[in-house]
Amino acid sequence: MAYKLIGKDFTPPDVLAKVTGKANYAEDMRADGMVYCRILGSPMPHARVKNIDISEAKKVKGFLAVLTADKVPSFPPPNNPILNNEPRFIGEPILAVAAETELAAAEAVNKIKLDLEPLPFVTDPLESLFPRGPEARTNGNVANVRLKLQKIKWSAKDFASVREGQLPMGKPAEKWQFGDLDGNFKKADLVLDETFVTAGYSHHSMEPRSAMAYWQNGKCYLFGSAQSQQFLIFGLSRYLGIKPPQLVYNGAFCGGGFGSKGGPYAEMSIPAHMSKLLGGKPVLMRVSRAEEFAFGKGRPGFQGRLKIGFRKDGRILAADMFIVHDNGPNTGFWDFRNAGTSFSIVFQPEAMRWQGISVLTNTSVRGPQRGPGENQLAAAVEPIIAKAARKLGLDQVAIRRINAPDNNAKIGAKQGPVTSAYLKDALDKGAKMFNWDEKKKESGKQNGSKVIGVGVGSAYHSAGAAGFDGLVRIMPDGKLHVHSGAGNLGTYSYAGTARAAAEVLGANWENVVIERGDSRKGLPFVLGQFGSNSLYTQTRTNWAAGMDAKAKLQEIAAKDLGGAPGDYDTTDGKVFNKANSSKSMSWAQAAKRAIELGGKYSGKEMPKDINPITKWATASIAGSGLIGVTKDKRPKKGVTPGLVTAFVKVEVDTETGKVEVLDHVEIADCGTAVHPASLATQIKGGAVMGYGMALSERYVFDPKLGMSFNGSLHNSRPQTILDVPAEMTVDNVGKPDTSNPVGAKGVGEPVQGAATAAILVAISDALGGHMFNRTPVVPDMIINAAAGRPQSYKPLAVNTQ
Amino acid sequence: MLRDMMSTFELQQPSSVADALAILKKAGKDSWVMAGGNDSLSWFKDRVKQPKTVVDISGIGELKGIREGANGIEIGALTSLTEIVNNATIKAKFSLLSNATGKVASPQIRNTGTIGGNVSQDARCWYYRGGLTCYRAGGNTCFADTPTAMNREHTLFNASRCVAVSPSDIAPALVALDAKMVIQNRSGTKVVDAEKFFVGPAVDIINMTILKHGDILTAIRIPNTWANSTFYFEKVADREVWDFPLVNVAAAMKVSGGTIKEMRIAVGGVEAVPKRLQVVEDLAKGQKKDINLAKLAAKASMRGAKPLNFNHFKIPLMKNLITRTFRDS
Repeated sequence: MAYKLIGKDFTPPDVLAKVTGKANYAEDMRADGMVYCRILGSPMPHARVKNIDISEAKKVKGFLAVLTADKVPSFPPPNNPILNNEPRFIGEPILAVAAETELAAAEAVNKIKLDLEPLPFVTDPLESLFPRGPEARTNGNVANVRLKLQKIKWSAKDFASVREGQLPMGKPAEKWQFGDLDGNFKKADLVLDETFVTAGYSHHSMEPRSAMAYWQNGKCYLFGSAQSQQFLIFGLSRYLGIKPPQLVYNGAFCGGGFGSKGGPYAEMSIPAHMSKLLGGKPVLMRVSRAEEFAFGKGRPGFQGRLKIGFRKDGRILAADMFIVHDNGPNTGFWDFRNAGTSFSIVFQPEAMRWQGISVLTNTSVRGPQRGPGENQLAAAVEPIIAKAARKLGLDQVAIRRINAPDNNAKIGAKQGPVTSAYLKDALDKGAKMFNWDEKKKESGKQNGSKVIGVGVGSAYHSAGAAGFDGLVRIMPDGKLHVHSGAGNLGTYSYAGTARAAAEVLGANWENVVIERGDSRKGLPFVLGQFGSNSLYTQTRTNWAAGMDAKAKLQEIAAKDLGGAPGDYDTTDGKVFNKANSSKSMSWAQAAKRAIELGGKYSGKEMPKDINPITKWATASIAGSGLIGVTKDKRPKKGVTPGLVTAFVKVEVDTETGKVEVLDHVEIADCGTAVHPASLATQIKGGAVMGYGMALSERYVFDPKLGMSFNGSLHNSRPQTILDVPAEMTVDNVGKPDTSNPVGAKGVGEPVQGAATAAILVAISDALGGHMFNRTPVVPDMIINAAAGRPQSYKPLAVNTQ
Repeated sequence: MLRDMMSTFELQQPSSVADALAILKKAGKDSWVMAGGNDSLSWFKDRVKQPKTVVDISGIGELKGIREGANGIEIGALTSLTEIVNNATIKAKFSLLSNATGKVASPQIRNTGTIGGNVSQDARCWYYRGGLTCYRAGGNTCFADTPTAMNREHTLFNASRCVAVSPSDIAPALVALDAKMVIQNRSGTKVVDAEKFFVGPAVDIINMTILKHGDILTAIRIPNTWANSTFYFEKVADREVWDFPLVNVAAAMKVSGGTIKEMRIAVGGVEAVPKRLQVVEDLAKGQKKDINLAKLAAKASMRGAKPLNFNHFKIPLMKNLITRTFRDS
């Protein structure tokens, strides 16, 4: 379909502010009389606070107040507390101190004397599952979202009955199965049974979660750092102990979240509670890098086992997966579930069993990170698929293609449908662009100590949701205002999706204003900006709102100019009679008429089925123009999958353990490219994050101290511009998903996992099929493998260097 | 337990070495000399070191610049790493130093970092940096040398209670080039061999160099002895940028007709000091520079290696780097 705006490059309106440093992040906010607060984090991995002595802190010049756990709302375990008298990880906020300067706040924090009773702690999930092993909480060791806090112990027999290095498979917390698992394993020509470990690691968003807040006339004004905008309102209100209409939330800019700032989070409420304690005075809480590392969330690690049965042509007949998921101390996130779903869609097994358990540890707080579970699975499984291909004498692309999903694919435990899947096309396109048939001949080619390896890997994430609200407004000056409730994570999808509304109405882009970043601007309720959903979800809502506005323009024109609404069409700034274009009115005139007409035209009346937040938003702008507002009711039958495949060629130096990626091709199955330049940066940026997952990033905890020592950027080692190839070739399949009005699907997450997987497969290929079964693969592992030495870590060890 | 927030201190910014020395005397032991600030500020931000007085010497002009003399070159201690990397004379005569300096940290850090600061930087052991009261911090234990400690980046050689390593990329190059360190204090000026400038925990468990309170490293002299030799430098780290060496190697060899007449070689990241490998130097003297020598030297260099739980990979890595020194130079 030919579009005026969709599929064309443009410059999103906030880019200039970002690249010139003019963008105001939460930490840049200032208000008259503003004071500062700092957090006192726990020095122990698990302890009970017996006494807090603030007598010396009070003597610090400028000291104002101490906020403790008893003064803030509490939530049932295992929710993340705001402040905690039983801290469960090092750095967990116990209290906050406010002072007139930040320095005074820090000095006062250091003068507080805590009397702590140390409690048992654990950093390795398997230790917690072992009979009589330590537990992260005094009332349980297993929990997750929709998995109640409970105690699960495996038997000594579970542990003793597996061979050294193999994951024991005791009682899972959850499981599902489809197909004839045992029968299909019996039919298989090759069965592989591999145990693996994927390391957890911090999100390390560039902007730590600083926040500023004050109270005025019973309302809380909160400036925070989050991926999402209106999605935060309900949860954040609960953290604040107020009703949603009492909250004004401003999150115009976000310096990265990667999933860690997708929903409301506890720490953002600390300066607001402190402000309340100080009679509404503005309070700024700057969060440091070390604090961000402690409670700014990280990806859960997996200890997993995967048994796969292959037919001799490579088809996967059966898969049996067990995931032990390191969930940190609190609610965490459901990566372990996503690993199962992800395998089911990417490889379409005929029969599959998934079992998982989410174990609590006294380590940094966990939350969803880009491809939560899907990307760990991609990293773990793709080298196993590569091993199968080698054993069966199959081409690496062919074994993936035979299992890859198409439009008839099934997904998950219930084997439900998908709206579209073109992974086979992505594999074909990638193989061609990478020149796979030629490059694979270089596999194992040696140049001194350096060896070439080639790899391919794919990843998945669901790529869109339905049923949220859209809101647009045509102003009396004729401009189209698209109200975006999504947030501004940095992907610019808030802007790309706004173009769907402009496209419907035929608006010129320079006459479009995007309203965003502040709940006072009348922003509708949409899903948060996470889960690769915004592009799909918001092109639907904005398309629907645009259609609603268009219908109202047509009705107004028919009323004033005669004829039926269907006789009229819209183009930039005009609604005109299709048969007689001289019968037309401007959008400016129509907007004025809408205000006069009132009712649904001006937003005074609105649909009953929209979210309360959208109702408040609509009410706040009603009467100011022609309002298009509606819930997205377009049908959506099945999961919308975002699928990506990557091809890489690496050179591995067996003497130094260095891995250099020489070629990188990555192809996304993401439907229509709404904003091609943005899609390219999304794929490349995600791939670079995938390099870190494959090669360097991991949590390191000393198991005896419960302390992590890589809480800084340089010790965590995300990849830099000089660690990645100067050129990457990226593209998309380009086949539209018909469940979306512009054919778009999201793709933010699997772009990382595919890159990680392809690199790991390529390293294994370079080393003659050596299986590390572990991420990241760091230089010492390669050096030891090449030298024929044992690795330093034990097979199932976690959080090691 | 609060980090990333500097404590207050008195800031002194002298414009001459004499003034700096006077200030240090007056301020007493609780004062700190800061050059480019890359190491100092991270200590201060982490609140692990909280000096009362910081003497910022970065404004002392006489400590900057590269001077060429009859016997070699003299590099002011405050010369930026970027200036050293780009200096034509150093590139032409002592490319070993240019290469090593170019591998330090990141371009941004090389712009602000000084050569004096780089060689005087403190141990990077993360238990020590994390503020634990270990031997090096004046305590009576080592957290990195336990059966479960995370010590992948720690010592192979000559640990003495503390197992931290020399983190500098430049230090081994200076040892290989037989550089001389010029130190001033209120008693005058002394010149010390680079090799003697660095000290291990058996000698001093608190300091990594011989610099004492009241001393300022003012210049580094590179004698012409090893000018235009055959050089080899290689650093292996987890990342290409902003990372400390897992192991690095610096060597200067005088080669004639394929035979090594004499050489100096030092390795970083394996001991608290840049480890000079005299065994290898002696072994190589008068030998053909070939793969056989490379292999012999690699093997010989390992004598005395005592790996910890997570760092035995440094044995093959260091051997490989020694091999490459002879094979690939």
